[in-house]
Amino acid sequence: MAFIKIKRPELSLSDKLYIPAIFKGLWLTFKHAVKSVRGKSIGSKDLASSGLGITMQYPEQKWDEHLPEYYRGVPALVTDEQDRERCVSCQLCEFICPPKAIKIIPGEIPSDDEWAKVEKRPKEFEIDMTRCIYCGMCEEVCPEQAIYLRQDYAVTGLTREEMVNDKKRLYEIGGKRVGLVNKWNELK
Amino acid sequence: MSEATTEKLPKDVAAEDGMVNVQVDGNWIQVPKGTRMIEACKIAEKEVPHYCYHPKLSSPGNCRMCLVQMGMPPRPAPGEDPKFKDDGFQEIGWMPRPVIACANTVAENMGIRTTGELVESCRHGVMEFLLINHPLDCPICDQAGECSLQEFSVEHGRGNSRFVDNKVKKPKNVDIGPRIRLDDERCIMCSRCIRFMDEVADDPALGFTDRGTHTTLTVHPGHRLDSNYSLNTADICPVGALTSNDFRFQMRVWFLKETKSIDTNCGTGSNTVIWTRGSEIFRVTPRENNEVNSCWMPDSHRLNFHYVNSEARLNTPMIRNTSGTHEAATWADSIQKAAEVLRIHQPGEIAIIGSGKQTNEELFLLGKLAEALETDLLTLVPRMGESDGKLVAADRNANTTGATLLWDTEDPYAKLDAIREGVRSKKIKTLVVFYENLLEEAGFKEEDLANLNLLVSNHILPNGTAKNSHIVLPGAAFAEKRGSMVNITGRLQRLNKAIEPPAGAMDDWEIIRDLIAALDKKAAPLYLIEDVLKAIGAAVPAFEEQTFSKIGDQGIQITVTGQTIPLLDKEHQRIERGEIVG
Ligand code: SF4
Ligand code: SF4
Ligand code: SF4
Ligand code: FES
Repeated sequence: MAFIKIKRPELSLSDKLYIPAIFKGLWLTFKHAVKSVRGKSIGSKDLASSGLGITMQYPEQKWDEHLPEYYRGVPALVTDEQDRERCVSCQLCEFICPPKAIKIIPGEIPSDDEWAKVEKRPKEFEIDMTRCIYCGMCEEVCPEQAIYLRQDYAVTGLTREEMVNDKKRLYEIGGKRVGLVNKWNELK
Repeated sequence: MSEATTEKLPKDVAAEDGMVNVQVDGNWIQVPKGTRMIEACKIAEKEVPHYCYHPKLSSPGNCRMCLVQMGMPPRPAPGEDPKFKDDGFQEIGWMPRPVIACANTVAENMGIRTTGELVESCRHGVMEFLLINHPLDCPICDQAGECSLQEFSVEHGRGNSRFVDNKVKKPKNVDIGPRIRLDDERCIMCSRCIRFMDEVADDPALGFTDRGTHTTLTVHPGHRLDSNYSLNTADICPVGALTSNDFRFQMRVWFLKETKSIDTNCGTGSNTVIWTRGSEIFRVTPRENNEVNSCWMPDSHRLNFHYVNSEARLNTPMIRNTSGTHEAATWADSIQKAAEVLRIHQPGEIAIIGSGKQTNEELFLLGKLAEALETDLLTLVPRMGESDGKLVAADRNANTTGATLLWDTEDPYAKLDAIREGVRSKKIKTLVVFYENLLEEAGFKEEDLANLNLLVSNHILPNGTAKNSHIVLPGAAFAEKRGSMVNITGRLQRLNKAIEPPAGAMDDWEIIRDLIAALDKKAAPLYLIEDVLKAIGAAVPAFEEQTFSKIGDQGIQITVTGQTIPLLDKEHQRIERGEIVG
């Protein structure tokens, strides 16, 4: 195997002293504090509630509409334009997942299926939300653009089993995702 | 040479032992004359990437991945003496063009460069050509993770493709045999599989059709890839063109743990790797041992592991109650009960039947059990078939040689008939059975077993004998135990534990040990399997001073039985004829 040596960044004296970095952080916090007191922070209008309108009254108030597209919520599986399961159960996400939240049982696509040429798809796919740390590694590693962290974040359940999202549930959360690379068309 | 040479030149020193001096990446090494350049580089611990070359097969030199730069001393002008430098070597004149390392042999004073601009750019070029038509199948390809194309493409390839045309389409997911699936788009035309089927399996079923980028691997018309050695082609295929139907899509290889062990399906004892995840076996593949199985293994043997993963595995000792049904019991109670009933019988009424698939340690302890019970009715169940002239031995028991040595007998099967008759005539009243279903090869009938006062048996799966047993002791399968066996040629080899036995089952040697301890309070305590091997070493001369670490991964010849393995004989002939490197 090829080994790639990664060089650690050289630290300057000010990096080594920490102090400048601490003041940088304090300055940032201060800026935000001033911004919110002036009512200029992101989404402040919608969130205006008690007092100065700078504290969001969760859970009565939620921030959901302001979640950015790249928000890292619950990981879920997506289908493509033709409703094909994008996941081919390559198990790379299972491998990369730091807390081992993902469990996949791979399966073969039967030869009479419309997508038989893809050959492989998950028979079972489970993500244990008591384990998931919302790191997004699975999304990053997926070679098929099949798993995305969606915007749901409030995951609750009364039992451990309830906290495990199975394949059906994962596709419900994930839904359809269009405009991604389609490599299983004829041009592959 | 006019001046008196005080010291011998390196070439003369080497020539005395039939060696030559070769410079690999600047370092001089001595290798035997006639060594292939690629092997010389391996000795020098320099990797030469390659696809088509396999030491056990002929070298067609068709993949061109192994290109290296070669140099030889310049030829002296007529009448000129060769010039030697201070270090005793001649100057190397490097050739401007590369050569393949797999099919060329070394010569005295040869120089090989496995790195450098020329070599790197050759590899770069070859990789780019190989990948032009290769599909982007890695996410669904079983070879991913152990694919040379992936590995060398990371090392020597480029990150993107410059190829703008459509890729050549070839058949995918082709059914060419009962155990092998072919994907032609992934094939890189190295022809290893073709050569293997022709040269080793003696069933030339594969070949190429069409030309150029359209070259397609296929089975000859009217043929199928159905040889009992077909799965070896999946092992040697450097890419995912040939994959095993059995392992297909079961698990990605990077999750699997590899445990070196040996095959227990016949007397050859092929060396294997058991691939497991958690407590499940996913596949078994051959492991190189040039004294046993070369690099190969029969399909029938490597696929015979699924029963170990079975849901039906026995996982608790059971005692049959008066109404005839089995009830779960504790280990202590079961062993105690067995010992109690065994003790009240006369030695002539007790017989022990072991299995030729048991390890040396278990067989040795069975011998001790027979001593504790003062009976000499101790036997194995023979399992003779026919040799296939390659790796499958006629003796389908893995450890007959071991039993012969341990019990110091010519024929460890001799007493089976007498025991069977004894049970039929009710002379033998109790029977202790290990690892064998008596209703199969042993030739017992169900009504015979009904004659017995006590039948204690050890199994891993429910069967007819277990059903008729008074006490059932669940044991461990081949992948779940450590131990040793002696193969038909007399080679002592080691089994390693790849997975744990099901909770509630016990390693067989521990069951026998506990039985002995319950019968004979004075028996020396054995805590570890190593203790058993030590005890064997003290009692049986052939095993003297053997330990598991001495046996190692490749085994030790402890006796010579005179039997040989036909596939190895053929391989040695081919090495002698210079057809293969070996
Ligand atoms: S987000 Fe991170 S922790 Fe959660 S499933 Fe993906 S890889 Fe695992
Ligand atoms: S990495 Fe992507 S394609 Fe692979 S198993 Fe995970 S979701 Fe499926
Ligand atoms: S199928 Fe595999 S082994 Fe056979 S020629 Fe193609 S790449 Fe080589
Ligand atoms: S390995 Fe030398 S040409 Fe293929």
